[in-house]
Amino acid sequence: MPVTRGFTGKRRGEAAGRSDRLPPGQYDVGREWPTLTAEATPHLDPEHWSITVDGLVEKPVTWSWRELHALPGDAYFGDIHCVTTWSRFDVTFAGVSVDVLLEAAGPLPEAAYVMAHSTTGYTTNLPIADLTGGKAWVVWEADGKPLSDEHGGPVRLLVPHLYFWKSAKWVTRLELMARDRPGFWEQNGYHDRGDPWLEQRYQGDP
Amino acid sequence: MATSTSWSTATVAEVDRPDGRLARVRLDVADRVAHRPGQHYVVRLRAPDDYTAQRSYSIASDPADPLVELMVERLPDGEVSGHLHDVLEPGDQLEVRGPLGGDWFTWAGETTAVAVGGGSGIVPIVSMLRYAARTGQADRLRVIAVGRSLDELPYAEELLAAGAFVALTRENLGSRVAAPPYPEEVRDLVDLPTPAERAYVCGSVGFASFATRVLGEAGMRVSEIRVEQFGASG
Ligand SMILES: Cc1cc2nc3c(=O)[nH]c(=O)nc-3n(C[C@H](O)[C@H](O)[C@H](O)COP(=O)(O)OP(=O)(O)OC[C@H]3O[C@@H](n4cnc5c(N)ncnc54)[C@H](O)[C@@H]3O)c2cc1C
Repeated sequence: MPVTRGFTGKRRGEAAGRSDRLPPGQYDVGREWPTLTAEATPHLDPEHWSITVDGLVEKPVTWSWRELHALPGDAYFGDIHCVTTWSRFDVTFAGVSVDVLLEAAGPLPEAAYVMAHSTTGYTTNLPIADLTGGKAWVVWEADGKPLSDEHGGPVRLLVPHLYFWKSAKWVTRLELMARDRPGFWEQNGYHDRGDPWLEQRYQGDP
Repeated sequence: MATSTSWSTATVAEVDRPDGRLARVRLDVADRVAHRPGQHYVVRLRAPDDYTAQRSYSIASDPADPLVELMVERLPDGEVSGHLHDVLEPGDQLEVRGPLGGDWFTWAGETTAVAVGGGSGIVPIVSMLRYAARTGQADRLRVIAVGRSLDELPYAEELLAAGAFVALTRENLGSRVAAPPYPEEVRDLVDLPTPAERAYVCGSVGFASFATRVLGEAGMRVSEIRVEQFGASG
């Protein structure tokens, strides 16, 4: 690919030293937290919110806001990466590990994929292996504060090792499936898996 | 609709920077795939040592235009917009990828729609407007363009000439006093002559939440409002 005449790059100095934590094509957004949403931002009342794990499970389980908080809590501290090229370092999220939810519902042996559903109708698909083994959470707090509406409050999925569109905001349902099915952005040209370190941004990427 | 696109090379055919705040860049894209109005391209700049920076830019042109037109706002100290403003010249080559964005934020006449753009968020809507004019469907797309002043609103003259409703927030326009669109102004465009079936909102995060709220109050069903947010982060 051609070199761009006259381009040297402005932001690289800032990335230096942290470049081992910056996936290719990403830049450090600092303490800002941009929001990107495809639909109108909903305001959800935690009292009327619940999350369900169903599909290919032994028994579907639904947790209310209160019931979810009664589960053993867990936290993530680390980096997040958005496909629109910003990365944010050292974010703390508090919630519960997806492992705890899946264990309660008992995935059937044929369950290999998960579709995360949001109240807005947004969906995103993941291999079950990307949600298990301490790699994914449902969270209600970011940097010590309740998750705001625009960042997916009251509760969002958090899958920090994949691009952030996989971390569905306003999540209310995890549906276990035998076969993969593209979610919202995946139908709209984005990559099926979205690993930032492999730059899996759009369909056709490695 | 799933699209699979890879990087290709674009040659800069024209660059205009009428006032230094906006750069209109017209590209000749190799192996170009036709876009739908509302989609965007990713532009990637590459330094001699292979450092790259890439950013998304909405397509302003009609699909029938032989060139792809982008309109780039200069951000203070912006890495990519700064280069496009300060360095780019006709004949330069850029890496581009697109069209991207699937079917979500696109309009090609399927519905009667109202489209609300704030600042550079008007760019994808200009593509819809140009498409509507060419295909004789101007009556199916109502456009609300919001800018601080006429100078700062991309395509202001073209929007006015095409009959878009322009609301300026810092400067009077004719008899209209500077203000964001009033609920009644939005309601008229949502409802008349027949109720719009869908709405498109594009602009900064703050603008998008304002516009979706006003559209909701004007009776637009929230599930029919499609949003694209960009610009300064919120
Ligand atoms: C789908 C989509 C469509 C878009 N369409 C358009 C369009 O049609 N027209 C358009 O103009 N834009 C559009 N954008 C926005 C565009 O992609 C870029 O975000 C914009 O051009 C800024 O990029 P930049 O490299 O110039 O600025 P960056 O270098 O990314 O900087 C952005 C801002 O942050 C500040 N900044 C960055 N890093 C730091 C730092 N470390 N410390 C302090 N400040 C910092 C800069 O001063 C600047 O003001 C679109 C975005 C999306 C996602």
